[in-house]
Amino acid sequence: MDVTQALSAAFGLVFGGDHAFYAIVGLSLTVTLSAVVLAALIGLPAGALLALARFPGRGAVIVLVNGLMGLPPVVAGLIVFLVLSRSGPLGSLGLLFTPAAMVVAQTLLVLPIVIAITRQLIEDLHGEYREHLASLGLTGIRAIPTLLWDGRFALATAILAGFGRASAEVGAVLIVGGNIAGYTRTMTTAIALETSKGDLPLALGLGIVLIALTLGINAVTYAASRVGARFAG
Amino acid sequence: MTAMRDTTSILPLSVEGLTFEAGGKRLLDGVGFALARGGVTALIGPNGSGKSLTLRMCHGLMRPSAGHVGWAVADGIVGGLKRHAMVFQKPVMLRRSARANILHALAAIGLSRSDRNARCVAALERFGMTDLATRPARLMSGGEQQRLAIARAWAMAPEVLFLDEPTSQLDPGATRQVEEMLLALKAEGVTLVMASHDMGQVRRLADRVLFLNRGGLVEDAPTSAFFETPASAEARAFVAGDLVW
Repeated sequence: MDVTQALSAAFGLVFGGDHAFYAIVGLSLTVTLSAVVLAALIGLPAGALLALARFPGRGAVIVLVNGLMGLPPVVAGLIVFLVLSRSGPLGSLGLLFTPAAMVVAQTLLVLPIVIAITRQLIEDLHGEYREHLASLGLTGIRAIPTLLWDGRFALATAILAGFGRASAEVGAVLIVGGNIAGYTRTMTTAIALETSKGDLPLALGLGIVLIALTLGINAVTYAASRVGARFAG
Repeated sequence: MTAMRDTTSILPLSVEGLTFEAGGKRLLDGVGFALARGGVTALIGPNGSGKSLTLRMCHGLMRPSAGHVGWAVADGIVGGLKRHAMVFQKPVMLRRSARANILHALAAIGLSRSDRNARCVAALERFGMTDLATRPARLMSGGEQQRLAIARAWAMAPEVLFLDEPTSQLDPGATRQVEEMLLALKAEGVTLVMASHDMGQVRRLADRVLFLNRGGLVEDAPTSAFFETPASAEARAFVAGDLVW
């Protein structure tokens, strides 16, 4: 099968209503969105807290979090694998090779991005707002809701960056999910497998969806920054 | 409802021996004065004389190294509401509409939703800013921003309003508008304490002048007396310098 045939077969899969194909796309989106929501719920308050708190070793924590933004997905996968494996500390939960394990691994990948970008944004914003908020009695953690809300457009881009990273990675979900057909097979793990097996239409079809997703994320990011500029000046 | 509003005055304010040290330098050295109800008090003096520090300590944004800021009611808070507010040299505008900026401040100090809305509408109407209500505050002109900052402070119904060089970054037209607002506040009985570098403005607005130099309070006099017959050599030089410019 040459590439042209493979491409047309791929488009056939994307628009043809193939159930197995949509199941893979659906699982990928479910896992990644769950991970991003979890990372945002933990990372936004944690980043804001890190921005406002002053404690010994704060610099080291910031360096660590910034460094973890580059955590290789396979290493994240390995860590979660070790924790969730039968002999690991959380082995009794029986989560290994389930979508839940994949959500945990991707949350680990997205969390440092959300915390690090939130910390930087909130720290800058707080520098600007500090005296006014203090005048209103909003000191310490009482300033956080205002700062998160006013940073909402810039923070949205941080979350979308995290979504981009999680949706594109293959190493972590492959290790902790196991690429089990119909259960833990995602777009990226399917592409890796099908390409090596020679099933180019499926790999290409999933590749098309991934690229469309990436473009979509960037379009939303751009729109968010434009809308934000209308308020931020 | 606010029918039972506590009208206890937080004045007089008594400032005693206010001292502030940072990095081994004494930036404020034993400043003391009393502030009675009403009128406009201007804090003047060269850069670094301690005007902004004094305002910030009176408003509770900074703690003095020594000395005391004593309101008639503890911290100037009556019935849970802080009765003194502050407007800064560069207005701090939240990334929201003009209206939302006022509502945020009113929510922060703990007003109920209906009180917030009523006071916000009143503040925008009071200063002719209703047309600007839905505009993103940060896209307004510098003059509009400072007027909004004052309207926002007014909405909190302060008995005392501190202003740190409120017009130093504004053009003459915007400066005049802000001065008109301040005169209106004075007429309402709000006690104003403002730092200013604009001696014309001090003559136009102030009833009383506190002249600071190198962290110390050098003169405390009625405005006309201060400018006509400054008692100290420093004040004479300062006033003369102003005239030379």
